Formats: sequence, structure tokens, C-alpha cells
Amino acid sequence: MIVATLKEIDEIRKMIDRYDSVLVVGCDSCVAECAAGGARETMLLASALKLSYLKDHMNPTITEAVIDRQCVDDFIDQIADQVPEHDAILSLGCGAGVQALARVYSDKAIIPALNTLFIGETQSRGVWQENCLGCGSCKLGYFGAVCPVARCSKKLMNGPCGGSKGGRCEVNPEIPCGWDLIIRRLNALGELDRLTEYVPPVDWSTSHSGGPRKVVREDQQP
Amino acid sequence: MKTESNLEKVLASGRFAVTAECGPPKGSDTAILMEKAKSLLGHIDAVNVTDNQTAIVRMSSIAACSILKNMGHEPILQMVTRDRNRIALQSDIFGAYALGISNVLCLTGDHQSFGNQKQAVGVFDLDSIQLLKTVKDMRDEEKIIGGESIQGAPKMFIGAAANPFADPVDWRVIRLAKKVNAGADFIQTQCIFNMDQFKKFMNQAVDMGLTEKTYILAGITPFKSVGMAKYMSDKVAGMDIPDELIRRMAGVPKEKQADEGIKIAVEFIQQFREIKGIAGIHVMAIEWEHKVPEILELAGLTSERQN
Repeated sequence: MIVATLKEIDEIRKMIDRYDSVLVVGCDSCVAECAAGGARETMLLASALKLSYLKDHMNPTITEAVIDRQCVDDFIDQIADQVPEHDAILSLGCGAGVQALARVYSDKAIIPALNTLFIGETQSRGVWQENCLGCGSCKLGYFGAVCPVARCSKKLMNGPCGGSKGGRCEVNPEIPCGWDLIIRRLNALGELDRLTEYVPPVDWSTSHSGGPRKVVREDQQP
Repeated sequence: MKTESNLEKVLASGRFAVTAECGPPKGSDTAILMEKAKSLLGHIDAVNVTDNQTAIVRMSSIAACSILKNMGHEPILQMVTRDRNRIALQSDIFGAYALGISNVLCLTGDHQSFGNQKQAVGVFDLDSIQLLKTVKDMRDEEKIIGGESIQGAPKMFIGAAANPFADPVDWRVIRLAKKVNAGADFIQTQCIFNMDQFKKFMNQAVDMGLTEKTYILAGITPFKSVGMAKYMSDKVAGMDIPDELIRRMAGVPKEKQADEGIKIAVEFIQQFREIKGIAGIHVMAIEWEHKVPEILELAGLTSERQN
């Protein structure tokens, strides 16, 4: 899923103070799973904003709405009736959701309420871990299903570097060394031989380095 | 001989080689650089010029190498993959060789979060082993990444670093083997403080035949004080400093600690000379370059040097 966190109210206020009416729109998929932008968080943010404006003796119209996916037109269309009544949409979707809303509601200001962080997993309750950079050429099969691109701070393909200590990354002891994880996994699987061969430079052209990417599939088109 | 490197000549002759590190200044003041380098001239076989070490912005390694070469030094260009992509790295190799720089040390580099530009993007397009293989292919195959031919191959003597102490410890010699197989002509190790672990690492390297294929130079850093020893132990990535050494430094009065640090370094150098497979030493006297001649003299390494 896409993992995001809520921005500070002050930053959100700086972006929306100019509008008299704001439609606060949650997204009940990825960002609900990471407790940043689902139905519950949308309600909480709307309430917090109202309170914050009340304190400043301001009284903009703040309306709540939640859709299942802000990145798919069929769902985005569900708020079509409410959008014209508001000056702006405050989106609790990820960066993709914000931009999809802006494409569909092209005459409306769309403001992000979240900072979109990464593709990751819910590792335990309240803990989300980044584990995919979307490089466009998955190599997990060679690395014991631990990604050296996403889990190593230096994206080393022939690691670990000299800064790995006690299974921790040199950048921060809170970060597990990705290469320590790779070696442990492959050792447990009896497949350490996968790591003795030289891994040549990565072809980053399939990643964002090749420019913004798009998947077009004719078999899926109407 | 693969190259015109003086360091290669020294190592091939079987003479115990001495290299030392010289960090460029944080600015364009060449006088500071030349002052540091002057104290090393004539005492060492080659001088490593660091590349924005610990991710702190400094004078470019290539520029500093060129200045040092003009002074009569044999420079070793340190190159990290943290700050430049493969286009810039290959271009800089061409340029460095064109300036007469014949040695390169291929590194990944400390993460940018350690330095004074923490907001910088970390490039890491290549890793250190990929850079090493790239330079080797430029030299031996006369090709850049992707296979295109080049006009004028950079005949560089190629080095890599090794840290015998990072974790997983069992993996260190395998990583060394990867570097040697990728084309490392010489290896300069991380600062050695844990001699027992280093000896184990060297035994493994000898058993695997790696010392037949590459020259290993043991890294040494003299402590200036017990404070420095503690700081390195706690704050510097990849260090393994036994408590015993810190206690030894703490056990002498403050004004005698620098001498004690030098004494420890000299003892270590003498021990390195007894270890099978060690071809020389690499002295990293951080902001203490002027002490290197004294250390070498005490260690009995003052024989006639080319540069």
C-alpha cells in the first residue's frame, strides 16, 4: 500500500485559509490502512479544522466526504454533486489521489492534507515499513525477497557496506541493515550462493529516472 | 605492469608500501592543502586524496590530486558513488587520468546524513564494486558501461576499501573476494584497532588465495587523545575499537596521550609486517598529517621513497 502521514494543521491552514468553503475528502483504501486519510481521520481533521477556525473567529464551510479510492474515476465521480458547492477540496488521499482529483475537477483547487511517503507494509500495529521503491524491474527473486534498492540506504547491489553494525544501518540504528536481512534470509534458505556473483549496474531507466511512467494496456481499454 | 603507477611498481617489487591520507580543505585555499602535503612528501609511496569524506563538502578530490601531483606526490584519487552518477564518474575518470592521476580508490562513501549537507539527494547510481569493475573495463577492455569504445583508455591502478569489522563479520572476506574478482589491484583497509579480528580476516583472505591476486594495505589511525578514541568508537561508522585500547589511552596523563597514540600505531605497524599477505600500510592521520614521518621513522619505514 501507499503509506502517508497527516500534515500539521498549521501547514494545511496556510494553504486553505483563502477559501470560504472546503470539501474535506478522505480515501478509504491505502491511507485508511495506515491511519492517515480514512473515514475516521477525515472526521478528525474536519473537526480539528473547525475548532482551529473557531479559535481565530473564522467560519468557513467545512464539509466531509469519503470515497473508496481517490485514484479511480468511478469513485471520484461520487462527490461530483458536492464539489461545485465548495471553493476547494482538501484531499486526504495520497499524491496520486490529489492529482487524480485535480484532473477530474480541473477548475477546482485541490490541496493535499497528507505527506505521501512510500510503498510499504503494515509491519505490526502502528508500524509501517517502506519496502518498495517501484524501480520497475523487480529483483527480489535474487535477494531472498528483501529489496536492496528499498531496504539499503545506499541502494547497494553488492553489499553490505562497511557501516553495517549488529544488523543496524550506519544512517540510524533504528534502521535494520537491508543487507543483513538479505544475508540472513538467503542463509536460512541455503541460497547464499546467489550473493557471490557480481551484480552489474542497475538499469534505472525503468524507474522514475526514465521519466514519469505510464502503463497502457489495450486489452483493458473499452 | 598494468599501469604507469608508481604505487604499482613499489608493490610489484615486493617492498613494504606506505600510503597516507590527505584530506582537502573546506574551501579553495591551496596553501592549507600544500602545507599538509609537504609534510608527507618523500616519506610515502602514494597519497590518498579523500572525496568529500564523511559527506562534508571539500575541495574536489581531482583538483587536489592534481595540485599534489604537481608538488611531486603520487596521488590516489578517492571516488565515491554517493555524489555522482555513472556519467559523471566515468567522465571524471577520463579527466583524472588526463591530468596524470594513475591511481583510483573506488568507494561508495559515507551516507550524506553524516555530513553538512543532510538534505542532499544520495545518488548511489553505482556501488563501489560496480565502479571498480567500470574502471577496470575502461582500462582493460577500453569500453565504458554499455560497451561503447573510448579514445584513450585510462590506465589506472585500481583500489578498493575493505572493512574487516563490519557486520555480518563472516561476510567481510566474501565481499573482499567480490572486490578482488571485480578487479581490485590493491585494497586499503579500514583503520585496524581489533588486531585479533584482523588476523582472522587475513587468514581467511590468504586461505582463499586473495592475497595472491591483490595487494592488501592495512589501515592505521593514530589516536591523538583518549577523547578521539572514544569519539571514533561511538560516532564513526564501521569502527571496532577494543575497550583495552581505550583504557590504555585513558591510563596516561593528558599531555602524554598523543605520544601513547603514536606508540600504539607504531606497535600495530610492526605487527602488520609479521602478518602474511600484508603488502603495506595506509596511514590515516586525520588532521595530523605532519606526524606521519615520525610514526614511519619509529616503525623503521624511512627507507628511500620515490616521492
